[in-house]
This record gives sequence, C-alpha cells and structure tokens, in this order.
Amino acid sequence: MEWETVIGLEVHVQLATDTKLFSGSSTAYGAEPNTQASANDLAMPGTLPVPNEAAFRYAVMFGLAVNAEIAKRSVFERKNYFYPDLPKGYQTTQLAEPIVGPGYVDIELENGQAKRIRIHHAHLEEDAGKSLHEDFHGMTGIDLNRAGTPLIEVVTEPDMRNAEEAVAFAKKLHNIVTSLEICDGDMSQGSMRFDVNVSVRPKGQAELGTRTETKNLNSFRFMEEAIELEVERQIDVLESGGTIVQETRLYNGETKVARSMRTKEDSDDYRYFPCPDLLPVILDDEYIDTVRLQMPELPEARRARFIADYGLTEYDATQLTGERAMADYFEATVKACGEAKLAANWIMADLSAYLNKAELTIAQSQITPVQLGGLITRLADGTLSSKIAKQVFEAMTLGEGDADTIIEARGLKQVSDTGALEKMVDEVIANNSQQVENYRAADDSKRPKMLGFFVGQIMKASKGQANPQAVNDILKKKLEG
Amino acid sequence: MATVKPTDIAKLAHLARIAVSEEQAADVADRITEVLNLVDQLQEADTDGVEPMAHPLDTAQRLRADQVTETDQREAFQAIAPAVEDGLYLVPRVIDE
Repeated sequence: MEWETVIGLEVHVQLATDTKLFSGSSTAYGAEPNTQASANDLAMPGTLPVPNEAAFRYAVMFGLAVNAEIAKRSVFERKNYFYPDLPKGYQTTQLAEPIVGPGYVDIELENGQAKRIRIHHAHLEEDAGKSLHEDFHGMTGIDLNRAGTPLIEVVTEPDMRNAEEAVAFAKKLHNIVTSLEICDGDMSQGSMRFDVNVSVRPKGQAELGTRTETKNLNSFRFMEEAIELEVERQIDVLESGGTIVQETRLYNGETKVARSMRTKEDSDDYRYFPCPDLLPVILDDEYIDTVRLQMPELPEARRARFIADYGLTEYDATQLTGERAMADYFEATVKACGEAKLAANWIMADLSAYLNKAELTIAQSQITPVQLGGLITRLADGTLSSKIAKQVFEAMTLGEGDADTIIEARGLKQVSDTGALEKMVDEVIANNSQQVENYRAADDSKRPKMLGFFVGQIMKASKGQANPQAVNDILKKKLEG
Repeated sequence: MATVKPTDIAKLAHLARIAVSEEQAADVADRITEVLNLVDQLQEADTDGVEPMAHPLDTAQRLRADQVTETDQREAFQAIAPAVEDGLYLVPRVIDE
C-alpha cells in the first residue's frame, strides 16, 4: 500500500526581550542560577503580573510577517499542571483568544517549487524554569532564571507531507524571526524548539490517521531524523496489522532512538481558565500600524533587493537569503570588497564547504566577512590566481590572518611581471623543442589545446603563481611570432 | 442535570494535588453537583448578543516597558527555601520520564 505522511508543527520561539513576560527580571543568558528570578517569577504570594509591551510588539511583528490577522483583543489563560520548575502551578498562556490569528508562510522546496503552509494561530506564553536531574544527593536542582521568559508558540495546520517540507518550513520560520530580530535563533540554547505531529494514511484517503507528537526537537537535523523514524515506525505498525496509539514521544538525537513518553489515557487535563490576574489586552489600529512601519526587512524583500542592487541571479539571491546570518555575511563581504558576484560565489562554494566540513555555523566562521572581502579584493586586482586564492582561503581557515598577511608570509603573489614571465617562457620553449615544432606545424584549431601543455609547464615552474592570462599572451606571441 | 461522581472528584483532586479521602469524596461530589445545578439554572438566561466577560473589571490591561527593574534577591529568597545548593532550589527527585 502507498502511504501519505501528514505533518503539523508546534514551534516555541523564545522572544529576545530584555525582561520577562510578566516581570521586570532580566532574561540575559548565562547568569548564575536563580539570580534572575524575582518574587513574581517565584510565585510569591501577593505578587501580580504586568505584561511586557515588547513581547506584544514582537508577536504583532511576527503576525504581520506571516500574513496573519492580529487580534486587537487577546486574553491570557492558566494552563494548570504541577512540575517543580513551574512555581505557580500553572503556565500563563493564551487559548481561546490568541494574539495572532490564521496566516501562512510560503516555502521553497529543493525542486524549486513553492508551497503554502497555513498557520493556525500563534499565541504568547511564558517559559518554565529548568530542572537539573544530576544527582544532588537524590534531589533535583531547580533554576528559575528562564521561568517567565516570553515565548510565542506557532501552531501550523497539518499541511506538510514529508520531512523535507517540515524542515523547509522550520528554516523559513527561523529566517523570519531572526530577520525580525524578535528571536536570537540560537537553537543550541533552546531559542527555537519544535514539536512534530506525525500521522500516516493510505494515499487518497481524506480522513487523517492517528497522530503522535514528538516533542522538544532543537535542531533541523534532529527534526528530520525524528520524522523519518516515526513515519517508518507507523507504517511498520500498520502494515503488520497494528494500530497507532496517540501518544507523546521523545527523540534522542545522540542515540537516534525514539521512545514513548505518555499515552493519551494518562494525558494531561490542563483545566484552562481565563487568568483573573490579567485583563484582556487591547491593541488599536494605530499601535499595529506603528509596529508595521518599524518592521525590519523580511527575507523575501531582501532577496528582491539582492537581485536588484547586486545583480545576483534569482538562484544566488535565494541561497544567500535563506538564512539571516548568511545574508548579513554576504552584505558585509560586499561592503569590504565591492565584488558582489565573486562574494556570492565564494560564500556559497568555498565558505559553505568549509563550514559544513568543520560543522560550524556561519556565525562561528574563523574567516570574517572583512577577511573574505580582502581575499576577493586580491583576486579581483590580479594579485592572486584563483588557484592560489584557494590556498590563501585554506590558510585563513587555519587562522593564519588576513589575505595580505598570508600572501606576504607565504610569498604567494601572482607573477604578472612581464620580464620574469618572459624568462620562464623562454626556458620552457628551449627545453621542449619537439613540442614547439609540433605546435608550429599544427593548424589553428588544434593549437589552443596544445598551448595548454606550455601553460602547464610554466605554472609548474612558477609554483602556480604565474598570471595565467599574461602567460597565455606571452606564449602565443613567442610561439607564433 | 449535571451529576458529579466521587470518581470525578478523585481525579480532580489528583490533578489539583488536593487530599480528598474516599469518605469525603461523596460529600464533595454532592456539593459540587449543587453548584453545577446552579450553573444550569444560569444557562437558561438569554445571552444572545452578550459578549463573554473575560474579567469583571471593564477596562484593558496596562502594559509595561521592557526595562529591567528587578534586582537579584536570591539570598533572601533562598533563606526561606527548605534546601538549596550551588544557587539551585532542591526538590524531591523528579525523573523526567
């Protein structure tokens, strides 16, 4: 039987506000445990929440970026459950009246086709603290610095049909929130976390299959692996006559193993109700319009600008604006060297290959945009051949400094000096009299290929530093002249 | 007519982490049933065109500027905690299963 996969996502996006959603505690990362947990964050009796305007502004920006309706009235509710890193005994969140209504995001697939993924809604809520399960004499350690950090939870419709589409959507969302600067996008620190709802059904069947939810995936790769593993598991179960149990699952990216966390029978009953400590939040048109005017450039606008301003191809512009950090890197490189096309090529080819191999993000690159710009400048002005430029690049990845320093230290300057090149050409001609004779006897159509032999000899003699164009010119003159 | 059973009470008590003994459960169930019957009566009121009330105060929420106003008071808070170590609050072991 042919199966169809159906995927919906819930994405938690940590907002890059300076303070928490309901208190004036700092959200700065990496502070000593519990030094950023105020009386309100600790649920001390008598404290009251006051919502952070910036969290609403960021949520509105997100809503506008995903073509959604913005709710002028939104209401906080209490989601009740007990866990030590949730001191209040409930999470303040939104349910019936979320800030961001239905919207959509268009994703581009590998085959170049676009697909629209609908967003059901997005709501504002607070994060919980962290439980540390290392052994504290048989106890669990609680750090509440993260408690109360604002999140938006983005809920999609079940519009994705395979892991590739889900990852493309996740990357697009990452690009949008980092471009808006409402989230730092650092997934290793949990700034974006994905819950994946997966079900399968016989192809052509309208009714959805029973779904499972794999929670808290914090990398695009883990997300892809978890989906593929779960699809395979569900198909195996169904084809061997079993049924899928609705359950929550956990995927371990290190061991590549998924396991069931809890089934529906003992699933939570959160007993939501409107939070009596908070009034409805009312936003007017003027507020929303002001936010609209303050929106930073979105990925699609930036892509169009790259084509118009830098003369990039559609393909190059799409690649370079697929990730906020890469687009920033490109623009900084162009600023340093003024060579947009060369910068695009180097970033997409050599730099990307180096980052992949070293398993680094572009932000962690050993080579700064200014350094890459310096290398490109030396390539464009003829100091370096493209072959030697790759050597310089290699040296830069090893931290040997900027291009000029490496060229100087390794003596890599391209030889364009006619006198020196002529001497080399003369030597090669003198040492290869047979080939010279053959060349002179050959007809014009065969000569270019034969010229390659001489160029090769000279490049070898110059250790790759001869300017190939100059060598060509001199050779032709001497051989044919 | 809504009827709450003692088993419903046991489940709710568990979710709310409230100790309700089996003997108490029947009594509590009866009393909550009475409250729900009162709600049933209220349901009979015609509420067409009435917007649901989110809060008894007829005003909008005030928002706060995104500025750090809280200072570190960990020492004071941890002085009243039953167990702390390395700046962490310690609680009976929770296995994340």
